[in-house]
Amino acid sequence: MQNTAQVVIIGGGIIGCATAYYLAKKAISVIVLEGSDHIGNGGSSRNGGGVRQSGRDPRELPMVTWGIKNLWPYLTEELGVDVEYTQKGNLRLGKTPNHLNILQSLTDRSAACGLDVKMIDGDEVRQINPYLSKEVIGASWCPTDGHANPLTATLGFYKKARELGVRFITGEPVVELKKVKGKLRKIITSHDTYEGEQVLVAAGYESRAITAAVGIDIPMQAVKMECLVTEAEPYMFEQMLGTAEADFYGHQSKHGSFVFGGSTGMETYNKDNGKQISTSLGASCTCRGIIGYFPALSDAKIVRAWAGYIDECADKIPVISQVEEVPGLYVACGFTGHGFGIAPGAAYNIAEIISEGTPTVDMRAFRYDRFQAKI
Amino acid sequence: MTKVNDRFRDIGAFTPLADDDMLICRCEEITKGEIRKAVHEGMYTMTEIRRYLRCGMGLCQGQTCAKLVKGIVVRELGVLPTELEPATSRVPMRPVEMRVLAKEEGRC
Repeated sequence: MQNTAQVVIIGGGIIGCATAYYLAKKAISVIVLEGSDHIGNGGSSRNGGGVRQSGRDPRELPMVTWGIKNLWPYLTEELGVDVEYTQKGNLRLGKTPNHLNILQSLTDRSAACGLDVKMIDGDEVRQINPYLSKEVIGASWCPTDGHANPLTATLGFYKKARELGVRFITGEPVVELKKVKGKLRKIITSHDTYEGEQVLVAAGYESRAITAAVGIDIPMQAVKMECLVTEAEPYMFEQMLGTAEADFYGHQSKHGSFVFGGSTGMETYNKDNGKQISTSLGASCTCRGIIGYFPALSDAKIVRAWAGYIDECADKIPVISQVEEVPGLYVACGFTGHGFGIAPGAAYNIAEIISEGTPTVDMRAFRYDRFQAKI
Repeated sequence: MTKVNDRFRDIGAFTPLADDDMLICRCEEITKGEIRKAVHEGMYTMTEIRRYLRCGMGLCQGQTCAKLVKGIVVRELGVLPTELEPATSRVPMRPVEMRVLAKEEGRC
């Protein structure tokens, strides 16, 4: 089998799969190498499914809004897989005056960038979602936010890219990158060697170790987060939800189950040596968070809980960039736990950078060389 | 354990079978034909099949159908049953109400 392609992508998550798809649409040959046994085995299939603009860093807004306008509404039809995209708004909830202050500043920051987001009071919140506790005194409301299914979206991009001739190989962890005559050329895995004119590293936190071979270091750390899902419940609501304190977030899926994520405060202090394993604290803590806002859900049964790693970048926004000092190298990583919603837009634009040099959306905020010491 | 799995290898074309409408995953109502078709769409591991179709994600969490699904996927891929790893089992062992899971000493 031919081990050479114009573009080799390292990482078979949603970024790798979607970029492969958008490149294959331009008739560019692509090989995707995934280190684990499964496509989309990292954050891509372990996240809560938010397709959100509100609450984001202003530097991410043009990219995510562009994707929500131009890609998300058409993905199900384009990929031939139901990605369950639902655009019914996002409520970020508050229970105390301090919460409202947090929400107000997030809202002001996004509204200043032109996003349709506003503060609403407790009664207005319950008009949108009547199941919320009376303790909720206000929320930020962004009607153009939504959610989708991370599993079918990631595997949908994979399926479609594969149909277009992209060669995917799983269980192929990259050990080293090598230059030939000053240009990145060879990708050495534990079993084989691959060659490409251009190489995109989109391997989440593992990208840091991979690009180290060619002297590039993206400041990231791995932060573990946990999610859970209930059995299928009767239809209740369609909005994406979050809270000012970020104690939980989630939505009801098309299937009827509720998918919620939450944090315990110990996300950066794990003892599991990098394995994506749920802790004994996680699900219980998230359930307390949910019940505090949704008393009606306290009898819903949890059928499954899981954990995943966030590739948290030093300034909390991703690196999506060509690396000019290593000719042939491109990087897309550090999505910091809000990578799913922005993924199609990011992949579309990085595919343009790789194929044509210029993206549709201005990506300068995501440069790899933006990190400076504080003094 | 990871092993090299080339998703470009030829496993032959999908051919419909008479019993393709047989329900395999009862919780999520997934048929044999849907599972076989998913393999041909590139889902080569039990984990991917589960994430793509939801089989084994219902109330029983695959405790009823996992072996049946595996048998179908193995035949479709033309590999030995020992070559296909099961999907990860997740907590909790049985469905648990949120109010029960939320209870820890002195909380909730």
